[in-house]
Amino acid sequence: MKVNKKTIINIVIMLLAYALVFVLINSGVLSRQYKSLIVPICVNIMLAVSLNLVTGFLGELSLGHAGFMSIGAYSSALISIALSNTLPPALAFFIALLCGGILAAFFGFIIGVPVLRLRGDYLAIVTLAFGEIIKSIINYLKFTGGSKGLSKIPLYSDYRNFTVVFIITVITIVLISNLINSRDGRAIKSIRDNDIAAESIGINISKYKVSAFVIAAGFAGIAGALYAHNVGIIKPSIFDYNKSIEILVFVVLGGMGNIPGSIISAIILTLLPEFLRGADNLRMLLYAIVLIVMMIFNNSKFKSSLSLNKTFRKLGKEE
Amino acid sequence: MLINFIEQLINGLRTGSIYALIAIGYTMVYGIAKMINFAHGDIIMVGAYALYFSISVLGLPVPVALVITVIVCAVLGVVIEKVAYKPLRSAPPLAVLITAIGMSFFLQSASLLIFGSTPIPFQSVIPNVNISVGPVVISSITVVTLIVTAIAMILLTLFVNKTKMGSAMRAVSEDKGAAELMGINVNSTISLTFAIGSALAAVAGVLYICQYQSMKPTLGALPGIKAFVAAVLGGIGSIPGAMLGGILLGLIESVSKAYISTELADAIVFGVLIVVLLFRPSGLLGKKKIVKV
Repeated sequence: MKVNKKTIINIVIMLLAYALVFVLINSGVLSRQYKSLIVPICVNIMLAVSLNLVTGFLGELSLGHAGFMSIGAYSSALISIALSNTLPPALAFFIALLCGGILAAFFGFIIGVPVLRLRGDYLAIVTLAFGEIIKSIINYLKFTGGSKGLSKIPLYSDYRNFTVVFIITVITIVLISNLINSRDGRAIKSIRDNDIAAESIGINISKYKVSAFVIAAGFAGIAGALYAHNVGIIKPSIFDYNKSIEILVFVVLGGMGNIPGSIISAIILTLLPEFLRGADNLRMLLYAIVLIVMMIFNNSKFKSSLSLNKTFRKLGKEE
Repeated sequence: MLINFIEQLINGLRTGSIYALIAIGYTMVYGIAKMINFAHGDIIMVGAYALYFSISVLGLPVPVALVITVIVCAVLGVVIEKVAYKPLRSAPPLAVLITAIGMSFFLQSASLLIFGSTPIPFQSVIPNVNISVGPVVISSITVVTLIVTAIAMILLTLFVNKTKMGSAMRAVSEDKGAAELMGINVNSTISLTFAIGSALAAVAGVLYICQYQSMKPTLGALPGIKAFVAAVLGGIGSIPGAMLGGILLGLIESVSKAYISTELADAIVFGVLIVVLLFRPSGLLGKKKIVKV
């Protein structure tokens, strides 16, 4: 009964969010500037939620999320450029989206193999190295346009097709949160909490680690595909280390292991630069401070005393 | 052909010795605090800007500026440890790692705010003359880099192995709790480690900036990551390993730049890292660790 109530509330929130954005787009309240932010917000939500699966729930730091995103972006862009004259745009877009996601997931699998042997710091470095390798290979190859980038990608997923983007985002969120609340999700969380104990009760650690990486990479690839069809021009330098860190900031600010938190922080941190227009450097400084302060706060005595305090206990319920 | 190859090797040795200097900082901090100090690469950048600031803005003579650079970086290293890492000493590794990334980002964006993103040209403090040894031409900057690195490494090895503070350092990296029981001040030993590591990074920064003669706020990021690769290659936690790893990495990079492709050189360097971690996660000279329940 409780689960049903929760589901209904979630559906209502989702519909309200859709209605709100729909009204905002069609009533002309939003300027072009803000309309162009709607799809990036969805893309960032997808990236944040998928990274949260690896970082928040599996407990492994991945610094190569932008690498998976770039694979999705490039492969889908190449496919939809190739198909643009033969198929109707919607169909071409979906094929491209699917291929981008599958290819990124495949690379997630390749990266998932070292994951089995490494953990913690080493794994973070390998994912970082992977992101850099992808970037320099894309830079090197001819058909990706090198450092000049790939342009003339059909603009399918812009705000006019918001409904499609919104549905894909919702599917991502629902799939990942259902995964986390399932038996498999509990297995993933048990690996985060104590991998040796998890293994001793018969959880196949290798399987769950690799599948978490594959799923996260796949959704990052789809997010990359949406991004590519939103901006029309992609360059290897967009998907650099800083982009991976930016996604990490979404996850950390929203709370590791907390999906609604990731969604909210992705929305806020995508909108914030628009309000801080002209202060792009400040944004980076702010991200850095957010990372440091959140980590120190999360591990401070101050927080543990807060969570013991009656008034604040409800806030810390998720912990 | 052969001469060209020898010149490439010498170039590799030069880059490699800079990587080695940075890698030592990573490896020492990892040995003692069991964390990757992501901000270490950006200390190189701070060193470069400190040198630029004291020479071009304050107009100080070069030797004084060099001393100031080293002191600024050493103090910065200690401050970073006190502010960001010390409160997290008992926190899960993920939290420390994220804080370190945040710190690295913080240094980069702070210097972006102060100095702007346009690269600042900088005249090398080492006079640039070409020295020919037979048919091979070596620049004076390369010679100075190699000599300075060799001196720094010898001094460091003597310090760690022969002095009382050095053995305290080794004791803390072996077992923090036992070292504390033996009357070693763990906090000041950790601070000392950060200070030495950052001072070496400052030296590396000076050598780096003399070589490339242009600086931007992100200049430390890539050498920092590569030096980390070098530390892992040599076996993290081992100082001789970091030296060996740094030089090997420099050679690999220089040869692949010359004979394979400039764009792919980075990919090859990182590929080496992944291969090493997959087949020998403890590195070339590192000790094997066994995880206990």
